[in-house]
Amino acid sequence: MRIMIGKAQLAKIGAWFDHRLQLAAPVREIAEHRVPRNAASWWYVFGTAALTVFVLQIVTGILLALVYVPSGAEAWSSLQALNHDVTLGWFIRAMHGWGSNFMLAIVLIHMVQVFLFGAHKFPRELTWIVGVFLLLMTLGMAFSGQVLRFDQDAYWGLGIGASIVSRVPILGPAIVKLMLGGPIIAGATLSRFFALHVFVIPGLLIGFVCLHLLMVLKLGINDWPVPGRIVKRATYEKEYQELTKRDGEPFLPYAIWKDMFFAAFVIVAVAACALYFGPFGPTGQPDPTIIQTVPKPDYFFLWLYALLSLLPPSLETPALLIGPVVVIVGLLLLPFVSGEGEKSWKRRPIAVLTVLLIAITLGTFTHLAEFTPWSPHMNAWSSDPVPDRFIHGSSALERQGALIFQVKQCRNCHSLGESGGQRGPALDGVAVRLTQDQLIRQVIQGGGNMPAYGNNLSPAETTALVAFLETLHPKGEAPAQDASRAIALSDDKEPGAKP
Amino acid sequence: MASKPEPAPPADTTTDATVSRRGFFMKLGILFNGLAASALAVPIVGFLLSSITRGRANGYLSWVPLGKVSEFPEGETRLATFQNPYVMPTDGKTADTACWVRRVAGEQFQVFAVNCAHLGCPVRWFAQSGLFMCPCHGGAYYRDGSRASGPPERGLFEYPYKIENGLVTIQAGELPTPGAPMAQFTREKPPCAS
Repeated sequence: MRIMIGKAQLAKIGAWFDHRLQLAAPVREIAEHRVPRNAASWWYVFGTAALTVFVLQIVTGILLALVYVPSGAEAWSSLQALNHDVTLGWFIRAMHGWGSNFMLAIVLIHMVQVFLFGAHKFPRELTWIVGVFLLLMTLGMAFSGQVLRFDQDAYWGLGIGASIVSRVPILGPAIVKLMLGGPIIAGATLSRFFALHVFVIPGLLIGFVCLHLLMVLKLGINDWPVPGRIVKRATYEKEYQELTKRDGEPFLPYAIWKDMFFAAFVIVAVAACALYFGPFGPTGQPDPTIIQTVPKPDYFFLWLYALLSLLPPSLETPALLIGPVVVIVGLLLLPFVSGEGEKSWKRRPIAVLTVLLIAITLGTFTHLAEFTPWSPHMNAWSSDPVPDRFIHGSSALERQGALIFQVKQCRNCHSLGESGGQRGPALDGVAVRLTQDQLIRQVIQGGGNMPAYGNNLSPAETTALVAFLETLHPKGEAPAQDASRAIALSDDKEPGAKP
Repeated sequence: MASKPEPAPPADTTTDATVSRRGFFMKLGILFNGLAASALAVPIVGFLLSSITRGRANGYLSWVPLGKVSEFPEGETRLATFQNPYVMPTDGKTADTACWVRRVAGEQFQVFAVNCAHLGCPVRWFAQSGLFMCPCHGGAYYRDGSRASGPPERGLFEYPYKIENGLVTIQAGELPTPGAPMAQFTREKPPCAS
């Protein structure tokens, strides 16, 4: 027996449901609301793309939760099982990890686009403010997600978080215990970050996304900024309504196809990255007794990692505690400070320069953090031998010095022949910069950012080491000399001086 | 907290008795819900803050043995591990903790947290150069734990220790952070101890 359902029957079933739900009319109204023709632009697709990736994260997140165990004792092995034992578990993990990177990137692009197009101005101030909270929640999701990947990076990353939080005056230690769920980073810590990542923040995110979208619908999508068309509180809304009436089209299908194309492109891009690059970690087991580890945060927090190394120690705590407050308050106040006026970035040079400055700063810090020039290269002393050319034709004493140079781990911070750490300056030409006396002083007393080795080197070792360092100068360039010393030691006395 | 009920009906004569009665009951309803919510808030807040308040009740710190004195050669610095005194069943390996034990001479010890005083990364001991070095931002400390260079503002955190029945015992139980109790513990030492 064949059951045929024709168009008429479908319409009947639809009508039955709508009689009870009464959703068709409001949904049609939303879908067909008029938008200015000039707002149907490829620049306006990032909001939908962010929402698409968020939905993707919910789906892949639920799939991961089918297998993942949020227990300090078992999380790591359940991730291993996902990677290796569960069919396509690696792919879902990779999708979720890359989805997270894409979501943060798209949210940031969306925010920059909105700012440069003046969409934060009257009457969309609250939409911007809700958007700022959405950004903070997305960052919260990224950090808590990194914790759920309960490996060495997660463990020590939590330690870094605790160290930062503990600097809060008076309340610091209490907040640390609240954050960790106990006195140390352990099972309770993972459990509460799981609750944050899976229940608390996503719940808030869904609520705030709904508010954000509601305001986009009620206030209308931002019209394309035209230089010279000034936003005034008194007239803007009337002008906008006239514009949508005079030169508007229904959102569906006039504008939505671009959103749909880009959303599909983003999903394919996430999947392609997931396929090609695979899942993130987990790195080593979260065992605090394994200290042979170099913890590093995920990509979007690298700039902070670099900043924490480059700030002078005295500025660090104030910057860590006051900096975020200033940034967040600044973002929240922005639509009130510049709620009117020019929308077009072509007439807002300070806005453009601010975005460029922030982008270049964050980009530079991220780049620096990727190459960690300040971290000692912990294995350089045992893995990067002194290149032959530096000891070729050297005396016994200088060779002894080269040996001391290696054994005392100078290489961990100082590179030679472009291998070794970059915490301190490269020493390829150190003899040109420092005289013998200055070298001895620097080795024994340290200074700048160098520890003092006076307690750890015998006089004979110091002599040998400095003899080797004195050979480190380019061919044809003489080592630095103390001119006054040469005169003092020379037999030639000044003409006319009394014998 | 809920608003307080108005026991006396409003003096407004234009409102008829039924509406003011309903209004009164609505306010009473709000009050009841407010009372129920605040009664429930006590255990909820107590539960949420339990990780802080337990520290006050009997403390997270207790004395933990690290090993026999003879296991630590004089003049050397060795890595020791111990299990955190406060353990939950789901802790797994995270309950294990490492520390650096320096036997200065005889029964004189220094026990350092592995956590860098800057941001808590694990520092490693390099016996040849006599330095603790941090892999994260390049903090370095001398063998006595004092700051040598890099971003840390202070020396390594030290656990209080005592020798009990020939065992090196330390007072531990909290993550060493700049705000933790052990950060306040500093021993007097000569400026150039080596």
